[in-house]
Amino acid sequence: MTITTTARPATDLGFLLHKHPERVQEFGQSFGTATVFYPEAGGERCTVALMLEVDPIALARSRGKGSPDFSLSQYVNDRPYAASSLLAVALADVFRTARAGRCGARPELPGTALPLELRLPALPCRGGPDLARRLFEPLGWEVAAQPIVLDAGFPEWGESRYVRLTLSGSARLADALNHLYVLLPVLDDGKHYWIAPDEVDKLIRAGEGWLHGHPERGLITRRYLGRRSTLTRTALARLAELGDETEEQLEPAVEEDAPAGITAATEAATEAATEAPAAEGRAAEGRDARPQTGVDAAQDAVPAEGPGAEGPGGAVGEPKGRPLSARRREAVLARLEQLGAASVIDLGCGHGELVGALLARPRFAKVGGMDVSSMALTIAARKLRLDRMPDSRRARLTLFQGALTYTDKRLSGYDAAVLMEVIEHVDPPRLAALERVVFAHARPAHVLVTTPNIEHNVRYEFLTGLRHPDHRFEWTRAEFAAWATRVAGEHGYQVGFEPVGDDDPEVGPPTQMGVFTRDQRS
Amino acid sequence: MISVPELSLVVLVGVSGSGKSTFAARHFAPTQVISSDFCRGLVADDENDQSATPAAFDLLHHIVGVRLSRGLLTVVDATNVQYAARRSLIDLARQHDVLADAIVLDVPEEVAIERNASRPDRDFGAGVVIRQRKDLRRSLGKISRDGFRKVHVLRGLDEIEAATIGYEKAWSDKTELTGPFDIIGDVHGCRSELETLLGELGWVRGPQGYAHPGGRTAVFVGDLVDRGPDTPGVLSLVMDMVEAGTAICVMGNHEQKLVRALNGRKVKVAHGLQESLDQLAAQPPGFAERAKTFMDGLLSHYRLDGGRLVVAHAGLKEAYHGRASGRVRAFALYGDTTGETDEYGLPVRYPWADDYRGRAMVVYGHTPTVSPEWVNNTICLDTGCVFGGHLTALRYPEREIVQVPAEKVWYEPAKPLGAAHVRDPGMLDINDVIGTRHVETRFGPRVKVMEENAAAALEVMSRFAVDPRWLVYLPPTMAPPETSTLDGYLEHPHEAFEEFAAAGVREVVCEEKHMGSRAVAVLARTPEVAAARFGVTDGGAGAVFTRTGRPFFADTEPLVTRLREACEPLWAELGSDWVVLDCELLPWSAKAGELIRSQYASVGAAARAALPEAVAALEAAAGRGLEVHGLLDRTRRRAGNAALFRDAYARYCWPVDGLEGIKVAPFQILACEGRATALEPHAWHLSTLGLLDSPLIARTEHVFVTLDSPESRAAATAWWESMTATGGEGMVVKPAVHTPGRVQPGVKVRGREYLRIIYGPDYTESLDVLRRRFLGKKRSLALREYALGLEALSRLADGEPGWRVHEPVFAVLALESEPVDPRL
Repeated sequence: MTITTTARPATDLGFLLHKHPERVQEFGQSFGTATVFYPEAGGERCTVALMLEVDPIALARSRGKGSPDFSLSQYVNDRPYAASSLLAVALADVFRTARAGRCGARPELPGTALPLELRLPALPCRGGPDLARRLFEPLGWEVAAQPIVLDAGFPEWGESRYVRLTLSGSARLADALNHLYVLLPVLDDGKHYWIAPDEVDKLIRAGEGWLHGHPERGLITRRYLGRRSTLTRTALARLAELGDETEEQLEPAVEEDAPAGITAATEAATEAATEAPAAEGRAAEGRDARPQTGVDAAQDAVPAEGPGAEGPGGAVGEPKGRPLSARRREAVLARLEQLGAASVIDLGCGHGELVGALLARPRFAKVGGMDVSSMALTIAARKLRLDRMPDSRRARLTLFQGALTYTDKRLSGYDAAVLMEVIEHVDPPRLAALERVVFAHARPAHVLVTTPNIEHNVRYEFLTGLRHPDHRFEWTRAEFAAWATRVAGEHGYQVGFEPVGDDDPEVGPPTQMGVFTRDQRS
Repeated sequence: MISVPELSLVVLVGVSGSGKSTFAARHFAPTQVISSDFCRGLVADDENDQSATPAAFDLLHHIVGVRLSRGLLTVVDATNVQYAARRSLIDLARQHDVLADAIVLDVPEEVAIERNASRPDRDFGAGVVIRQRKDLRRSLGKISRDGFRKVHVLRGLDEIEAATIGYEKAWSDKTELTGPFDIIGDVHGCRSELETLLGELGWVRGPQGYAHPGGRTAVFVGDLVDRGPDTPGVLSLVMDMVEAGTAICVMGNHEQKLVRALNGRKVKVAHGLQESLDQLAAQPPGFAERAKTFMDGLLSHYRLDGGRLVVAHAGLKEAYHGRASGRVRAFALYGDTTGETDEYGLPVRYPWADDYRGRAMVVYGHTPTVSPEWVNNTICLDTGCVFGGHLTALRYPEREIVQVPAEKVWYEPAKPLGAAHVRDPGMLDINDVIGTRHVETRFGPRVKVMEENAAAALEVMSRFAVDPRWLVYLPPTMAPPETSTLDGYLEHPHEAFEEFAAAGVREVVCEEKHMGSRAVAVLARTPEVAAARFGVTDGGAGAVFTRTGRPFFADTEPLVTRLREACEPLWAELGSDWVVLDCELLPWSAKAGELIRSQYASVGAAARAALPEAVAALEAAAGRGLEVHGLLDRTRRRAGNAALFRDAYARYCWPVDGLEGIKVAPFQILACEGRATALEPHAWHLSTLGLLDSPLIARTEHVFVTLDSPESRAAATAWWESMTATGGEGMVVKPAVHTPGRVQPGVKVRGREYLRIIYGPDYTESLDVLRRRFLGKKRSLALREYALGLEALSRLADGEPGWRVHEPVFAVLALESEPVDPRL
């Protein structure tokens, strides 16, 4: 990174930064060495360079038995080259005094806006040059963001996630540094670093005076604080790499989110830092704030609050009223009560929203929750506050890992089973196994199945393809009815169909529900 | 001599001081004896703390229960002078379907009092003994009605001193009979068909009845009688064989009911009982009595051939094998009934065989089906001969079915014969895979799978893997050789050769490592073969999947079709119409495109953008006389490394359009019908695969190396050097023939440039640090996964049920999620 000024005398930059233009200074960092030097230092033009050398020894350290392991992406990655959050950390450290706006020798300098040019040759920017402009232009910068091709030898691969960024404008140096400190990690949006709770305070301090009025303050706050991963995924990451795939390709259909304590802090911070009205709450921005449903949330995200929506299905929304996920849950609960079920198992319980709602109603004396993802179950346990649930309620609940393609005695003995937005995550050739597991082996008196109605997809303006990347299929009403009718016939059930959500006269409801009831004699 | 069953609960009865512990210690192993004093000590730190007695007995019952469920003889050392105490132990034995014997030690009161007095830890007075003795006296009169199989009473010190313990085998235990057997299904009075069948099986009628010149033993699964035309004829024939020792027979439910009827008990005459009663009445005097005695003496099940074969009329679940109780007998005679009846008024049977996971083959009859079908190593031989079906026999151990058709419909069935058992796609059970598990393999010690690894595997397996019916194998991981000390190298062939030579291997093969994606191809000649052999009935005829069991492309069908065409020469060569191949699919970018772009190419792009600017800035600073030369040099070198890194991955990328550009390099034939060919020498694999001639197929270059020849080693090393200098991934070194034991099945020796993809662009700058790598875990993992893979293939080749093949395959995936340095 370089910072150039054409103020006169330009070498005042050295005073501001507390770094002498004629010296080369090294600063040890936990991950390597930051070097500050001045490629040019004239009276008319002065440039300071902050070069970060990520220590190859530290990175390549061989690990002995018992030490935490990492996936391969921990070893081959862009950190030695790109202006990632490592640079932000180094910048904060090396230019601490300047960032605070203090200058003992020339106390008048920090308060003065200077003509500045900031250059970052390889800035990871998820969201492309456009996002860089949206973030920096409101702060008064003239932005030149030039995309970098991924590999000139493979033009079909297109552009990389890096841009060559040049910011020019007149600003106080401390502000410029703070802009970079906050926005570098926001643009990177990587998940390499765990963010401690005190990051909230850091954000508030660094954002003082400019973040409040920034039109993208919601996105900035969420991304800045959103890069925490409290659950290790290395086992899945390893399996992904073995299969020559990225970890994201094995991403659970449910999204991880923050533990309750940190969520509260985040929300408080969001409000403090942005003074966002409470009603804005946890508005959706891509994956970070999808309303969480049992298995799949993408299709339920309310429309994004701006053009920055990211992530699959982020733009898909229920046009009015409450989120579809909530309406679906209510429809299922109402139906279960009507059926008189006293024991219910949620197959594919995800984060446990339905399980929690069932537990809140004492008439459901026995509640089961099964999911294939142990991560989802961990999150469910946390959200349901299992560790401090009273014994009487805890005794009604069983949560366990299982898969619907394996017969499982633990699925038996419930009045009703719920498969809410689950079947579309199963490969069609394996549906037969699911049918046998649920309808032939577990055989509850009632089975409630909900699944998207693909006919309704035309109502989602920005949707291309299916509603979630993990969906293996989505069915029309006729396809669902044909499947359900066959399954019911083969296993001695009757089935009826009900709409969930607004029943569009032309394309039907967004979600379709099949209610299976076992024949008396079978 | 006291005789107790080999598997039983032995309850010692006697007052305090009667010498039970001494008796138990003399006659039984210490681990077989569970004493109440011991348990009291465990729960109270004081063997005499009477307040702990209820807790102590809870524990005692638990320990005894666990032992009995595991089939271990167990002796209870407690006073047991009260009925309630004995009763609870008898109940416990019944819960585990084992018999209970009591051994009563009856010593004079004064002896017991004196013994207690001499023991400092027994501070209770004589009153306790006197009271216990009163209880015992009262018990002795009626203890024989408690429910013990036998009560052995030893009176006085001399009898106790002189007693010895002998063991009775369970009646069902005929494990010493090793066959070969001809197991014959439900005959139901069809004498003529039985004689025809015996003839087909090679039995010859002699003066002592039927005998087999090959020394075979006939095993009848019961239901000889009722419905058919000649129940007496069948009984006569079978009784003669059993008496001559050429046959054994288990009881069927029809024999049981016939015996009750012949005994004059009130039974409902239905289901062909009348025919038997009429036919027996027409026999000479004495025959019916002989038949009744014979049938009454039949047992409900036998364990044969070292426990590998179990025969029972209606089958038997594993927990009941070798056990004795009312419910074991009921299961063996009637099967697992749900208590409901179907629309024909016949009992609804629970399909116990679907859940069967035992190692013993279970052969049974009872439920007529159109044709016999293996379900989880069990088979029902009742093919409804009397209803006009067939009379069926199973040759054991050959597993051959021999059938003769019924001569006519002798008896109208109440309902149509059931269709053959359809192979169930949901055959896998969650208990086959989750939790901490130990998987037995015939190629090494059993393999432990940790619960958390199984949990990760379950998610990947059930969300992403191909249909488990195709997923018959997953390849093991492979370790590199010991780290090279040669300047500039991390890996070199020298260490690989040394390793195998040290393990006593004479010859190795070096196979070119294609840098693509590992692929396992399961191919059937036709969709019909796929349905018959793999139970896949959707018209597919194969699958190609990755190291983690995922399908290669969204639609693998075209690739499967082309591969099947390409493999046409193999069908005749292997004598099989299906095959499993271990391959590499090229290019790497075909499958890993997303990974390459998001990880490798991104690193390259960032480096290419950042480093030249850094060099320019440093040059400017140097031009101003600043001391940045060290940093400048390093940065220039890093720019060079980044370029080499980019070349390293780019070499394995080329555009593909559909299947255009895709190459498959098979290097091993894993299995085909009846053969786990993975065990064949590599020369055979490479020459057989050399038969394939198709533009789709890439050849695997290779050289054989005689390890005690320096020239041979040098030639292979030169080959490796030339291959990797031009960017090749490297080679795999394997023992030329399958080598059992702790020898690695193969090690990979990767090229210097290729390793930039693994260790990062600048790895050559810090080789000394990188040389400190830990191979032990990776190598251990490779051995375990290799054993599991071979086990899966052997089970597949042996025609074992799907869940048996799935078990080791799943275990490989679970082990792959274990943390190990991913750069190895």
